[in-house]
Amino acid sequence: MNPVAGGAFALATVGKVVLFFTVLMLAVMLATIFERKVCGFMQDRSGPNRVGPWGLLQVIADGIKNLLKEETMPEQAVRPFFLLAPVLAILPATILFAVIPFASPLPTPWGLVEMIVADVPIGFLYVLAIGSIGVYGVAMGGWASGSKYSLLGGLRGSAQMVSYEVALALSLVPLILLTGDVRAPEIVSMQQTFTAGPATYATWFVFPLLVGLFFFFVSGLAETNRLPFDLPEAEAELITGYHTEYSAMKFSMFMIGEFAHVITVAALVTVFFLGGWDIPFWQGDNIRVLSDGTVIGEPTWWKTLLTLGAFGLKTSLLVLVFVWIRWTLPRFRYDQLMDLGWKFMLEAVTVYILVIAFVILGIEAVGIPAGGWYAFVLFLVNLALAGALFFAMDRGTLIRGGAKGARSAGGDAAQGQGG
Amino acid sequence: MPGNVKVVERPRAESSYVRAAAKGMSITMRHLLSPNKKTQQYPDEKWELAPRTRGTHRMAVHEDGRAKCVACGLCPTVCPVNCIKLVPAEDENGERYAAIYEIDEFRCIFCGYCQEVCPVEAIHLGVHYENAEYSRERWVYDLERLVEQEHDVTALWDPQDPASQ
Ligand code: SF4
Ligand code: SF4
Repeated sequence: MNPVAGGAFALATVGKVVLFFTVLMLAVMLATIFERKVCGFMQDRSGPNRVGPWGLLQVIADGIKNLLKEETMPEQAVRPFFLLAPVLAILPATILFAVIPFASPLPTPWGLVEMIVADVPIGFLYVLAIGSIGVYGVAMGGWASGSKYSLLGGLRGSAQMVSYEVALALSLVPLILLTGDVRAPEIVSMQQTFTAGPATYATWFVFPLLVGLFFFFVSGLAETNRLPFDLPEAEAELITGYHTEYSAMKFSMFMIGEFAHVITVAALVTVFFLGGWDIPFWQGDNIRVLSDGTVIGEPTWWKTLLTLGAFGLKTSLLVLVFVWIRWTLPRFRYDQLMDLGWKFMLEAVTVYILVIAFVILGIEAVGIPAGGWYAFVLFLVNLALAGALFFAMDRGTLIRGGAKGARSAGGDAAQGQGG
Repeated sequence: MPGNVKVVERPRAESSYVRAAAKGMSITMRHLLSPNKKTQQYPDEKWELAPRTRGTHRMAVHEDGRAKCVACGLCPTVCPVNCIKLVPAEDENGERYAAIYEIDEFRCIFCGYCQEVCPVEAIHLGVHYENAEYSRERWVYDLERLVEQEHDVTALWDPQDPASQ
């Protein structure tokens, strides 16, 4: 069966866009209730449980409340930008999803429909490009509000997001080194075990790129502006920063944007490191569409559903980790945040890229073909690197004054940053 | 660093961010999984109040339904916030009764002096706290309303320990 083409392709794409946007918004709604439930449980409360079964309808009640609330318009605000900012906050997080493959291809009478909205050849470079637009929502919202607190929040947000973007982009370089491709569906199939077609690594990239996952996750966390990186919001100092002046639905749009961002980062981690929609230890879902249109494997509709479930499960688990971190770790101080970004992450990622590049070079010189053993060697290297990373971060102290001469000893780069 | 600043060297295990973070994460995960939740489902489940809880008032009545108050004037006198309004009257048998008796529960500080001072044990505080009202006026309880109240009355002392020892 060939991939769909022509009019059917256009129709399928429109269908996917509509379906996917709806599903994402539903997922955002569920994520808000999920977060409130989880944080309740973590604090030995039971969370919202009055509206609907297990409080699931609480989100609808909140939505209605937000729609009916008064929209305020501060006198000092710059109207066009003030109105544009929430849109810009929500937009990048949603359109990022376009390049994420979320299930195995679906066979239809008109051809094979790949379960990805737009399989662009630039793949995750698109992710990085769109991801950096997210900063406009924060900076613009902060500036256009005409409030000092908001402006400070916006400034902090833009500095933070720009800083961590560097680490975010660099943390994906090892992935390119390994796969030689930036298309997300290709990255997913490289993590599956194929016997036919181009070589794959037969394992999720969480193993051969363990440390890369850590870097990607931390910078992704910083990009979403959530604790422990929520300095742009910082309730205690900035009264929630860039969205202080927003009310009602405009405020919810910032919130929806934040949750959509969380889900997007979780989905990206899933695709890049946790095998995407791959179901482990099962060969039936090894379906791959090569760029010339040949299809390896046997796509069926129930496989699409199953893999969609696997993708959803992995993503939700990662969202749980996000929530878990948010309700545990305290906020960084601003200089700690910048130190961590520029003085620690950047160096560490660069070193990591170099090490991985040389190891790959070595493996290829020895002549191990791409596959399980290749990944295993990389995994061992990563374990060693993870140990070294832990050692370096362990030396970062909680309280800067705690270690003698921490400021003056310039060589001790990891000092006082924490991880 | 200036010489007179005391520098405390902390052991690595105490000052490491990673270890502290890992410990914190394990604590929150334990609470997330623990089935032992502290929330009380309030309107469905209610607190068992102590017998000496001091809440909104209730007036004791005779068997024939008349309020026990003899309008002696002690409670308005003793009330520290002056929230009891009493207009005494006398009936045909020469017995005194309260023609108007109102307590402003908004001003009341629930000190319990009125109950303590009452010579005929007429006015009581109640073991009661659910008092939401739609207007402030509704918070001024008149005699009729005080008589109508049905909740338990406050015990002024613990029967097991009358001298509070
Ligand atoms: S409880 Fe205290 S404040 Fe309240 S009415 Fe009685 S004497 Fe006044
Ligand atoms: S002290 Fe008792 S009897 Fe005297 S006026 Fe008050 S309620 Fe009535």
